[in-house]
Amino acid sequence: MAYQFDFTPVFDNTGLLLTGAGFTLALTAVGAILGIGLGVVGAVCRAWKLTPFDRLFGVYVEVIRNTPFLVQLFFIFFGLPALGIKMTEWQAAVLAMVINLGAYSTEIIRAGIQATPRGQIEAAESLAMTRAQTFKHVVLRPALAKVWPALTSQVIIVMLGSAVCSQIATEELTFAANFIQSRSFRAFETYFVTTAIYFVMALLIRQLLMQLGQRFVVGRPR
Amino acid sequence: MMSSRRPFLRSLCGLVAGVAVASVIGTTDARADVLASVQQAGTLRVAVPQDFPPFGSVGTDLQPRGYDIDMARLIGKELGVKVELIPVTSTNRIPYLTTGKADLVISSLGKNPDREKVIDFSDAYAPFFNGVFGPEDIKLAKAEELAGKTIGVTRGSVEDLELTKIAPATLTIKRFEDNNSTISAYLTGQVQFVATGNVVAAAVNDMTKLRRLSAKFLIKNSPCYVGVAKGETALTAKVNAIIAKAKQDGALNEIAQRWLNAPLPKDL
Repeated sequence: MAYQFDFTPVFDNTGLLLTGAGFTLALTAVGAILGIGLGVVGAVCRAWKLTPFDRLFGVYVEVIRNTPFLVQLFFIFFGLPALGIKMTEWQAAVLAMVINLGAYSTEIIRAGIQATPRGQIEAAESLAMTRAQTFKHVVLRPALAKVWPALTSQVIIVMLGSAVCSQIATEELTFAANFIQSRSFRAFETYFVTTAIYFVMALLIRQLLMQLGQRFVVGRPR
Repeated sequence: MMSSRRPFLRSLCGLVAGVAVASVIGTTDARADVLASVQQAGTLRVAVPQDFPPFGSVGTDLQPRGYDIDMARLIGKELGVKVELIPVTSTNRIPYLTTGKADLVISSLGKNPDREKVIDFSDAYAPFFNGVFGPEDIKLAKAEELAGKTIGVTRGSVEDLELTKIAPATLTIKRFEDNNSTISAYLTGQVQFVATGNVVAAAVNDMTKLRRLSAKFLIKNSPCYVGVAKGETALTAKVNAIIAKAKQDGALNEIAQRWLNAPLPKDL
C-alpha cells in the first residue's frame, strides 16, 4: 500500500513550529552578536600577538574548532553542574553558540586583519589619526569587509547547528518538529515542512547580513 | 525502549499465541492436570526472559538471574520440585505455554484482554509501572502537586503522553531525546523530577548514587502476572496461594528489594 501523505498534524501545529522558529532566530541573533564580538577581540589579540591573550585565544580556538558542537553543549548543560555551575537550557544553548561562533569568527576575522598591509596602518599614523580611529577605520572595517561573506556563512552554520540544542530540551524549531513527530508519527511531513522553514530562514539571514554589510561594513562611509 | 515494553511485540505475540492455541487445542485438553504431572515428574518447567533486566538476564557467571528467575525458584521450592528454566523471548513466551513446552510463564508478562483469551493469569507478583520519581525528601502524592515544578521526560514515551494529559498548567515539562538524557538531567539537577518506568529507575539507582530516584506517584500501572495454560485451575490456585504466602511472609518483598531497589507496593 502506498504511503498516504497527511500534513494536517503538521499544519495543526503551525503555531508550535513558528514559535520554535522564532526561538531559533532569537538564539541565532544573540549568539551571532556576542559571538562575532568575541571573535573581534580574539582576532585582534591573535593578529597583534598581545601576550598572553594571543596564546589563550589560540588554545580556545583549537579546543572549540576540534570538538563537536553537541559535546560542547552537553558539557555545559550536563557537565558543569558538577562544578556548581547550573544553567537553564536557554542559557546553555546561547553560551554554547557564542563560544562556538567566537572560535570560528576569531580565525575568520584574524585572516581579514592580517590581510591589511602594515603600510596602511603607518599611513594612518602619519595622518595623525588616533589609535582608536586607526583601529576602527583602517584595521577593523577593511578586515570585516574582506571576510564578510565568510562570516555570513558561519552565522548560518551556527543557526543550522542550533538544531542540536533540542537535545537539552531547548524548545526551538527542531524541538517543535521532534515533538510533533513523536505524537503524530508523520516523519516525512513534519521534517519536510521543518526543512523548508530552515531553508527560508537561512536565505533571510543571508539577505539581512548582506544588506547590513553593504550599509555598515563593505560600502563606503557616507 | 524498556519503559514502553515492546508494545508492538506485545500485540504481535497475542496474535501468534492465538494461532498457536488454535492449532494445539487438542494437546492442551489432553494434559488435564499440569499440577499433578509436575508433582509426579518432580520438575517445574518455567519460561523466563534472558534479555530483559532486571527481570531476567544472563549474569557474568553465565547463569540466568533476575526477578523472574527468583520468582520461578520460589514457586519451585514451595511446590517441592526442581525448576527447569527455559529462556524465551517476548514473542514466543506465550506459545511455549500453549504448546505445553512450559508449565508456567514467568516473563514480566502483563495482562490484557487478548492474552486472557489464550491463557490464564495468576495474581500479580511484580510491580511494573510508569510513575513520577524524585528526591527522597520531597513529598509529592498526586499530579496537582507538580504545579510550578520542573519535570523531565523522554519525548514521545508512554509516560510523556500520559503525563501531558494530567499535568497542571504551571508544570514545566522538559522533553528529552532519550532515557539517557532524561536521567542525566535529573542526576545533574537540571530537573526536579522525572517521569519514567520503575524498572529504569531501579537500574539507575543500581548504577549511581548521585541522586536517588524514589517513587512519588503512579502514572500508568501494568503489573506482571504468572501465565498458566488455559483451564489449569488447580495450578493457578496453587500459584496464587504461593504468591499470597510470599507477599505475607516477606519473601516477595525481598525479591523486589533485590532487583528493583524498592519495596513491594502495598496494593499489588
